[in-house]
Amino acid sequence: MKPNHWSKLIIVLFLAIFPLIVPSDYYRHIFILALMWVVIGSSWNLLAGYTGQVSFGHAAFFGVGAYTAGLCVTKLHISAWWGMLLAGPVCMVVAFFIGCVCFRLRGPYFNLATLAIAEIFRLTAIVWRDLTEGMQGILIMRTFRNKTYYYYFALILAAACIYAIYRVIRSKWGYYFVAIREDQDAAESMGISSFRYKTFSLLISSFFTGLAGAFYMNYMGFIDPEVVFSLYFISIMAILVAIIGGAGTIWGPAVGAFIMVLLQETFRSSFFGLFPKWVSQAHVLVFGLLVIFVIRYMTNGIVGDWIKVQRLWSKNKEQPLASTGS
Amino acid sequence: MDVFIQTMVSGILIGGIYALVGLGMTLIMGVMRIINLAHGQLMMVAMYITFVLYEYFNIDPYFSLLVSMPALFLLGVLIQKYLLNPLLRIESIIPQNQILMTVGVAMVLTEVMRFIFQSDYKSVKTPYSSAVLYISSIAFNFPMLIAFGIAMLLTAGLFFFLLKTDTGKSVRATAQNKDAALLLGVNAEWITQLTYGLGAALAAAAGTLLLPIYYLYPDVGGPFTLKAFIITVLGGLGSTVGAIMGGLVLGVAESLGATYISMALKDAVGMVIFVLVLVFMPGGLKTLTKV
Amino acid sequence: MNFFETQHLTKAFGGLIAVNDVSFQVVKGEIHGLIGPNGSGKTTVFNLINGYYPITSGKILFEGHELNGLPTWKICKLGIGRTFQVVKPLRRMTVLENVMCSAFNLTTRRDVAKEKSLEVLEFCELSKKQDFQAKGLTIGDRKRLEIARALATGPRLLLLDETMAGLTPQEQAEGVKLIRKIRDAGITIIIVEHIMQVIMNICDRILCINYGQEIAGGTPAEVANNQAVIEAYLGKE
Repeated sequence: MKPNHWSKLIIVLFLAIFPLIVPSDYYRHIFILALMWVVIGSSWNLLAGYTGQVSFGHAAFFGVGAYTAGLCVTKLHISAWWGMLLAGPVCMVVAFFIGCVCFRLRGPYFNLATLAIAEIFRLTAIVWRDLTEGMQGILIMRTFRNKTYYYYFALILAAACIYAIYRVIRSKWGYYFVAIREDQDAAESMGISSFRYKTFSLLISSFFTGLAGAFYMNYMGFIDPEVVFSLYFISIMAILVAIIGGAGTIWGPAVGAFIMVLLQETFRSSFFGLFPKWVSQAHVLVFGLLVIFVIRYMTNGIVGDWIKVQRLWSKNKEQPLASTGS
Repeated sequence: MDVFIQTMVSGILIGGIYALVGLGMTLIMGVMRIINLAHGQLMMVAMYITFVLYEYFNIDPYFSLLVSMPALFLLGVLIQKYLLNPLLRIESIIPQNQILMTVGVAMVLTEVMRFIFQSDYKSVKTPYSSAVLYISSIAFNFPMLIAFGIAMLLTAGLFFFLLKTDTGKSVRATAQNKDAALLLGVNAEWITQLTYGLGAALAAAAGTLLLPIYYLYPDVGGPFTLKAFIITVLGGLGSTVGAIMGGLVLGVAESLGATYISMALKDAVGMVIFVLVLVFMPGGLKTLTKV
Repeated sequence: MNFFETQHLTKAFGGLIAVNDVSFQVVKGEIHGLIGPNGSGKTTVFNLINGYYPITSGKILFEGHELNGLPTWKICKLGIGRTFQVVKPLRRMTVLENVMCSAFNLTTRRDVAKEKSLEVLEFCELSKKQDFQAKGLTIGDRKRLEIARALATGPRLLLLDETMAGLTPQEQAEGVKLIRKIRDAGITIIIVEHIMQVIMNICDRILCINYGQEIAGGTPAEVANNQAVIEAYLGKE
């Protein structure tokens, strides 16, 4: 076994027994959120990092997923866990229509269209009170008091998401996605229907983002439109998570998710109470500065540039897809 | 009928200010091919400058244009120089990193203002804030009229600059064909800085003009950023004449939406128009007029 | 039924007619040249065949199928491969991955696609560079990669757009050899080229267009001695 396989194994083992060795509910909570962001970041990455379609509106899928779970309780009077089954398919249907609209556009037009559609969802959720309860939000009873269950649920979700994306990337679809990212006209002339494969990418991406949303509803027990359809704290955060770890890499978004959630939590809690209280008020400011810093100095992310560093001293050619790097 | 005319009038008046916001965004779009998602936030900064000048130095909002516009011009130049231009030299997987950068700028501007002024609502209440002129039974809000007038003057000034001065012509040349402009000796680096500065200054003017009739809080920028890009797309990306029309159309559409549909859905009206235009008329209003 | 033909092919961009009433036939197994001065509409013809631009009027027929209105990727799947004058490598993929993207047209299995791609790379003499990132290739290799990628889609008709431009004389000679080899493998070729030496050398028949209109057609010798062609290139005496 190569050394980096050992380190991966250790990380997996650590994640598997984490709630058993760390009794603090607070740290479990942070890890649950981080795992949820692993799912969202990886999904965004499939569409943007691999397929080159930079979505500024993933909050639409997260929100629709969360509301699917919430509406199971308020409208259908069944458990919010049914939302975990329904959210994926519902999001895929929504995504299909969004794709029909947005994939006619390229570059900045596409970015704007996704952003605008997510905003339309947010405004609709605020205004359509009969369905969504508007700004009042949806409050449900949580099933478990013990966070360990939620932790393992999130862990399985994250693992499934990464594994699925890994398989997709290694398949014909993965090659097609990257081809479209690199040059859409060339891809078309090579027999690749860019519309069809962009849609496939979007469907998978929205499926998992929706699942993450439904999980959020179940775990937090409360949602409102400003939280789950938030431009900054969902759509932009998804982008950051992926970029900081490394867009266009399998593990990048996972690494990015843990970094982002831990950083955010550190500032939100004023360095776990070590610093004066005003530090916590600055956590959004820090978030913004981080955006600027990452884009200015780390555009390819930690994992993205890591492979480049590794290549320098070990001529390891067994990368799944040399689509990463500068 | 009166209600309808009244709605149209307020729509057109606010549309004049929207046009100013949209013009700045359009200039930036045209020259740099990026969407400036910090546009409304730049406007918000200008509003705070105006607010401080009025509150602590008793300077009339219309005079503070002379401060807010240069200040934002400078801020814009700095942002372009130190944050946006360096990105051109980096190859990244995500081609839209300049847009993301503007998002970061937007967040920082908002949060810095929140840090200084807290989240409270502020407003500038001048003696003429609620003055109204009546022409038959149609009310014209006095500050709105003045704002509309100044907006039109600034727009005319911008067109003079773009059409008649050498620097303005360089800006237009860069927007049309960057490589050719470079070959002809245009200093593209400086042109992009100038353009972003101008865009920011125009946004600043809109913010300052709005303040006597609007209220101010750190998050006020977000909705205006959205409006700015709706206008830009509506007008046809990069078209200045289109941006003015886009501003007026958005003003009227919002006004009609607020009167006849619901106040709460006012913002959604813009979004829906936006998506419809993107899908069915990707060239924007420009395609109708061929300007 | 002709293997490939265009009938009264016309393309107008607004008021400008870029291709005007061009009709020609291509016989299976030949190398058909398309020449003309700069801006005469050669690449536009390719973009019309390839479905990149919609046709204003006229018809394109390939093995009896009408291509009008089909999207680019479907035309590729029907068996028409093309290269671009301005090469379009998939920059951040390796040479092998570039070709594999094309090879997936014929299979969904990764190992099969890889095997097929290695064959094509061998054929195009690019095997040594299979693990290079496409963005790091020299211009000559990029042009080869364009050809390899088009070949891997399994075409019966190949459109080559100025594959020799910008190459050294030695690279050109290798290019000519490769094009002959492709023809010998049973693939029909339409080639746009500026370098007369090359085109006169390898083509079976040539069509010359100017201002979007056909001015001459026939064997290389016939075209080379045609008064209209000489005038188009050199101007009237």
